[in-house]
Amino acid sequence: MSHDHSLYPETMPQNPEKATLEGKNKFLGLWFFLGGETVLFASLFGTYLALKDSTAGGPSSEELFGLELVFIMTVLLLTSSLTSVYAMYHMRNNDFKKMQLWLGITALLGIGFLGLEIYEFSHYITEYGFTFRSSAFGSAFYALVGFHGGHVTFGICWIIALMIRNARRGLNLYNAPKFNTYSLYWHYIDVIWVFVFTVVYLMGKVG
Amino acid sequence: MSLAATQKKGFGAFLWDYLTTVDHKKIAHLYLAGGGFFFLLGGIEAVIIRIQLIKPENDFISAGLYNEMITMHGTTMIFLAAMPILLGLMNAAMPLQIGARDVAFPFLNSLGFWLFMFGGILLNLSWFLDGAPDAGWTSYAALAMDSPGHGVDFYVAGLQIAGAGTLMGGINFLVTVVTMRAPGMTYMRMPLFTWATFITSVLILFAFPALTINLFLLMFDRMFGTAFFDVSLGGNTIIWQHLFWIFGHPEVYILILPLFGLFSDVFSTFSRKRLFGYTAMVFATMLIAFLGFMVWAHHMFTVGLGPVANSIFAVATMAIAVPTGIKIFNWLATMWGGSVKINAAMLWALGFIPSFTIGGMTGVMLGSAVADFQYHDTYFVVAHFHYVIVGGTVFGIFCGLHYWWPLLFGKILNETMGKLTFWTFFIGFHLTFFIQHFLGLMGMPRRYWVFLENQGLDLGNLISTIGAFFMSFAVIVFLINIVHTAVKGEKAPADPWDGRTLEWATESSPPPYYNFKQLPLTRGLDPLWIEKTEGKGHMTPAEPLGDVHMPNGSFLPFLMSLGFFVAGLGFIYQTDEKLWYIALYGGMAFALLMMIIRSVKDDHGYYIKKEEFEREAE
Amino acid sequence: MTENTNTKTNKNLDAFQKRKNKEEMKRQLISFGLMIVLTLIAFAVVATGAIESMFVIPLLAFLAVIQVAFQFYYFMHMKDKGHEMPTVLIYGGVWAALLTLAGLALISWW
Repeated sequence: MSHDHSLYPETMPQNPEKATLEGKNKFLGLWFFLGGETVLFASLFGTYLALKDSTAGGPSSEELFGLELVFIMTVLLLTSSLTSVYAMYHMRNNDFKKMQLWLGITALLGIGFLGLEIYEFSHYITEYGFTFRSSAFGSAFYALVGFHGGHVTFGICWIIALMIRNARRGLNLYNAPKFNTYSLYWHYIDVIWVFVFTVVYLMGKVG
Repeated sequence: MSLAATQKKGFGAFLWDYLTTVDHKKIAHLYLAGGGFFFLLGGIEAVIIRIQLIKPENDFISAGLYNEMITMHGTTMIFLAAMPILLGLMNAAMPLQIGARDVAFPFLNSLGFWLFMFGGILLNLSWFLDGAPDAGWTSYAALAMDSPGHGVDFYVAGLQIAGAGTLMGGINFLVTVVTMRAPGMTYMRMPLFTWATFITSVLILFAFPALTINLFLLMFDRMFGTAFFDVSLGGNTIIWQHLFWIFGHPEVYILILPLFGLFSDVFSTFSRKRLFGYTAMVFATMLIAFLGFMVWAHHMFTVGLGPVANSIFAVATMAIAVPTGIKIFNWLATMWGGSVKINAAMLWALGFIPSFTIGGMTGVMLGSAVADFQYHDTYFVVAHFHYVIVGGTVFGIFCGLHYWWPLLFGKILNETMGKLTFWTFFIGFHLTFFIQHFLGLMGMPRRYWVFLENQGLDLGNLISTIGAFFMSFAVIVFLINIVHTAVKGEKAPADPWDGRTLEWATESSPPPYYNFKQLPLTRGLDPLWIEKTEGKGHMTPAEPLGDVHMPNGSFLPFLMSLGFFVAGLGFIYQTDEKLWYIALYGGMAFALLMMIIRSVKDDHGYYIKKEEFEREAE
Repeated sequence: MTENTNTKTNKNLDAFQKRKNKEEMKRQLISFGLMIVLTLIAFAVVATGAIESMFVIPLLAFLAVIQVAFQFYYFMHMKDKGHEMPTVLIYGGVWAALLTLAGLALISWW
């Protein structure tokens, strides 16, 4: 039994992220965590649905939301999901450089999404006076979308930390599970966003 | 490593060992010590409540303090006593029962404990700072938003931190059961306690996020001026109730299911018989967990959800009696025809059956939506949930402590004192709570500070308080028993109860820190019993003697939790003084820094070399 | 036990494996294309107001669910072997989530 975690082309397992018990544990642990996150976001969505019409005389969702910006944000995040798929594809082919490249693109797309979200929030606050405090609708909106944005921020920090930490040493059985759990988390953020743009923005526009 | 051996190293080394440990058996000790401490605290609060109610119009404590007492008694007992002690028992036994050397995430295990501990300390600091929370353990938003001072803020911050720790524990146990089972230990060969741990962890995973969000909403409203519960800005306080009970009802099953599993193990061990209806027991546990998610609104019948919603939830509630009944009958059938041995552990298990069944029956009464309008918010409800939580959870905890004390500390608790504890507690428990059913039916509302003379409530309350004294006496005897056993108790053999499951198949009591030199091969349900009756009397190894991988200890979980603790104080006090933002951001930054260190520093663990084992054996 | 014992050694990541990975990647590209199409339909329906609002909301929810299924089953590999427990717990979470949504959205205001 070797205690070495390095990954050589000749001993490359098919799924380096699940080749060790540690890797398998991380993989399952993250999936189970996502199961819990489902309820976490459901609580926020439920609160939003209950309070979305409580505008307290302030602007309503139909007046506030613009579809163009949300569409661009959606495309950015969806694409970042694809780029992280590419990163995992190169991980399975043991091509570390290309993996890093695609992860970098993923992070950049995430930062782009976050920038647009910050622009959107500041637009609502300065143009409409629509804040976290102005109505129950405002509170619920910022809580839901903000929690998602917080998850995006955490994901970006996570991947940058992983990329920097492993830049010099390449892929091995110790860090492959870490990259894989990150990519699962990132896809899940996209899953949540699909419901955010559907329930909050599109349905909010319909009324 | 036995306790005696560690003490020789000196107190500093002993303390450092526990502060940095990732060993599931030591984390179990920590959980039991922490949970035990808060259990005593909650017990003292309970006695103070009962003394206040010993006679009509008593003025033992003020009304405000009384509100703080009832709030902290409930919160402490549920979140800081029962849950951690259960997590402690799970940590102590579950990995051994599946033949594993540790849990899947030893670091997270330690982090979960320290988050709980610091959360509990933060919550209880409120006594010394601004007064404790006083909006009830349910902290309904309409009341909590109006509560002056910082009491409720402490509730929010303390539970948020402790809750995060519990969630980690849940995920950890889930993964452990899925990936770490020893060869041959299939799902349907797992002991019932392991099954219960697994299913409870699923409940934790799906219930706690709702609490997390709820606490966030209350925090935003109280500390940052949002409007979730502010009716004038369109908020709705019912949201709190829904989210609280979407968490809260599964929570009561989190409190009882592990002990259902434990009782199953205890009944079969001390009846020297295979558990009756093993498969039915497993599926009944799953069914209870499943139904447990669909009944939360039975806490809200009087809110006015309408007859349709009330009926649906009433039917679902009563349905839970079916799987629970299956369990009760299976336990009875397990004992039937067995050679039953009655010792302290078995006494608690035997006492549990009638006590819990009474609680279950009043539960069905309360589940009838129409009748509930009469019982709601009276002492009938108080009696009901104490019958299930004390008669189920606390009895189970005592049972588990007596049963697993050798596993935890290598000694058997004194039997005589154990039996004295049981009988005084059992009598005291029924004295305290049985009469409360009738107090409730006569109209005594819960949470009231005083009651008037000559309304038929005087004698009942007096009896109830006397019962509380009996229970206090029992707990004191138990504490003396612990000290007595630690000082004078004899060393227990590895298998003191003629056990059936793998936790008794290690080489010593308590097990060595690596648990098993060679992972055992499981050939069926009750693997050790099979080997005793059909094999060589001990487990066959499933692997050759080899190097054993062990995780490294770490101080980071303690520091991380400390960071969140400081940040929690910052959150609470930034409303008064902007300088507290330093604590808020500083604490967060410190915790984040610790996380980055954890992430960046490789931790491959270490190996116990095969040669060391061979040397040891010589 | 804990280490690389179950590592399959295959010389130089054989061509078969590479081709399999490539096929998988193609499937994922197709899923991405479909996800973009679903998104476009959803936005187009709302932007043009072509359909009555009574039907739009269920349609939007339906499109979102399909898109998320692609994410889970293709991008996150839930269709592959070894994902039994994740599947169970994700569906468990979805069930608890639906109950939560029903509670908050339907019976908060009665």
